[in-house]
Amino acid sequence: MTAVATRPEAPTPPAPSRRRRGRQEWSAYLLFVPAMIPILAFSVYPLAQGIALGFTDAQSGLNAVTTFTGIDNYVRLADYSLFWQSFGIGLVWAFSVTLIQFVASLCLAMLLNANLWGQGIARTIALIPWAMPPVIIAIMWRFMLHPTYGAINGGLGALGLPDDTNWLGTAQWALPAVILVGVWAGMPQTTITLLAGLQGIDDQLHEAAQLDGAGRWQRFWNITIPGLRPVIVAITTLDFINNFNSFALVYVLTAGAYGTMLPMLFAYNEAFRYGNFGLASAMGNVIVVVIAVFLFVYLRAQAKARTA
Amino acid sequence: MSTRRTTDRTLRALQYVALALFVVFLGFPLLFLVTAAFKTQQELQSPDPQLLPSQWNLDNFVGAIERAGLGQAALNSLVVALATTVIVVAVALPAAYALARFQTRLRGLATGWILLSQVFPFILIIIPLFLMLRPIGLNDTLAGLVVVYVVWSLPFALWMLRGYVAAIPGELEEAGAVDGASRLRVLRSIIMPLLGPGLVATSLFAFIGSWNEFFFALVLIKDEALQTLPQRLALFVGSEGQVALGQLAAGSLLACIPSLVFFAIIQRRLTSGLLSGAVKG
Repeated sequence: MTAVATRPEAPTPPAPSRRRRGRQEWSAYLLFVPAMIPILAFSVYPLAQGIALGFTDAQSGLNAVTTFTGIDNYVRLADYSLFWQSFGIGLVWAFSVTLIQFVASLCLAMLLNANLWGQGIARTIALIPWAMPPVIIAIMWRFMLHPTYGAINGGLGALGLPDDTNWLGTAQWALPAVILVGVWAGMPQTTITLLAGLQGIDDQLHEAAQLDGAGRWQRFWNITIPGLRPVIVAITTLDFINNFNSFALVYVLTAGAYGTMLPMLFAYNEAFRYGNFGLASAMGNVIVVVIAVFLFVYLRAQAKARTA
Repeated sequence: MSTRRTTDRTLRALQYVALALFVVFLGFPLLFLVTAAFKTQQELQSPDPQLLPSQWNLDNFVGAIERAGLGQAALNSLVVALATTVIVVAVALPAAYALARFQTRLRGLATGWILLSQVFPFILIIIPLFLMLRPIGLNDTLAGLVVVYVVWSLPFALWMLRGYVAAIPGELEEAGAVDGASRLRVLRSIIMPLLGPGLVATSLFAFIGSWNEFFFALVLIKDEALQTLPQRLALFVGSEGQVALGQLAAGSLLACIPSLVFFAIIQRRLTSGLLSGAVKG
């Protein structure tokens, strides 16, 4: 993404005159108008309003009067233990899914990059979760995880293992089970992104290292991982945010029961079940701030590691 | 060097085992859903489940469409997804062209907004939208849902299309201008044909995104006659779907068809250079 920086002027042609530049700006803005209207009206403005609502006592009722209440919501949230519990669940879920997904996807991407027989088919199958709506993925995994007729317990029974676990219906197993589904749902995008990164690493580097007597592990740690670093940082960041903000998958799997109440589900209930729009917006604000802090720390650590 | 060769062989074998495991993990759940869609109720709930149904009959599909009201829901989803796609592409195309061809301050702003809109929690957007749509009578209407989907699909569509435009050399336009063709004519007869594949890909992404979306529909649509397909299926899970398992599986399968077909078509392009136009900086 080099879109932010303006390109340095090439030395040969003279720089465009100010008038020409002005005209360019004009046409650009004109072409932008149709997109600008919906963006400003239904995206920028609501976002600003959403942040502002977090400082009010807005309710969902038709005749509700909204008044500015300053930091009241945040004072209330501070000892709203259920919210923080859900926040913790969200962090556990986002970390676990992102990490497991990354390790599994890196293995799969390397296998798909290793010239094995039957790769084309494997690649197509690896894309399946990407092509399915989250709601359907959740329904499908409810079939897989069902205690009596599910394939998971069927397989365990065939192996002579205990086959009566109620995966989605017990506090012990519900979170691990939804994490598994989260990993499954997100693997294709992470795998394809990492595969593209792997294909961008120069083969000659590996060949040269091999001539110098470097083993597989050494090459993996000293060539593959550094070569992938920018891709790894980008994809794990995106995955983490997406996982923290996910909703549909867990809504259909457990509706937040048995210790799977993700922050988005919690905020949704607060807003649309109990009608507390102001408080739910405040939760959204807290979530944004926390994610921003995490990102800042993570990206800075990565930048340090790159220069080290 | 014989030890070396055996380790190489062992490694190859391990790679195949690992690949097979991944394929089973990622592919089997869908297979399980497909077989469930053809099984009878007795087969589904038998204490000794078989993987394959005794016979491949379509009763569940018929039952799902009749009983779960999936026909109407699919029609709603189709209308919303088509309207969204047309509007998004019409709005994004000129803007994407401007972003790709002109050096303006818009670039930084647009990029910032595209990135930002990807990371903000939906709850912060949906409450204000809910409050905005209510007074203008768009709450609980498909039109209101289209408005929300357009805004939600726009950033990605804009980014994709910008990449496709940037991949077309600007010299082509200059050459046309030198030959005395008007700007509009150049756009119509040179740029548009070259943009064809990119437009198709962007449209499909917008369509699939809207077809699959659940959260906004759940919040905005209360009227049963207006519910979208994912919404209807999510409700069916909690109600009749607890018993009508075969119908639930069949309905779920039907809902996947558009995106599965789309991905089957573009999967080769996805894996070889990830829609190369769209990722050029």
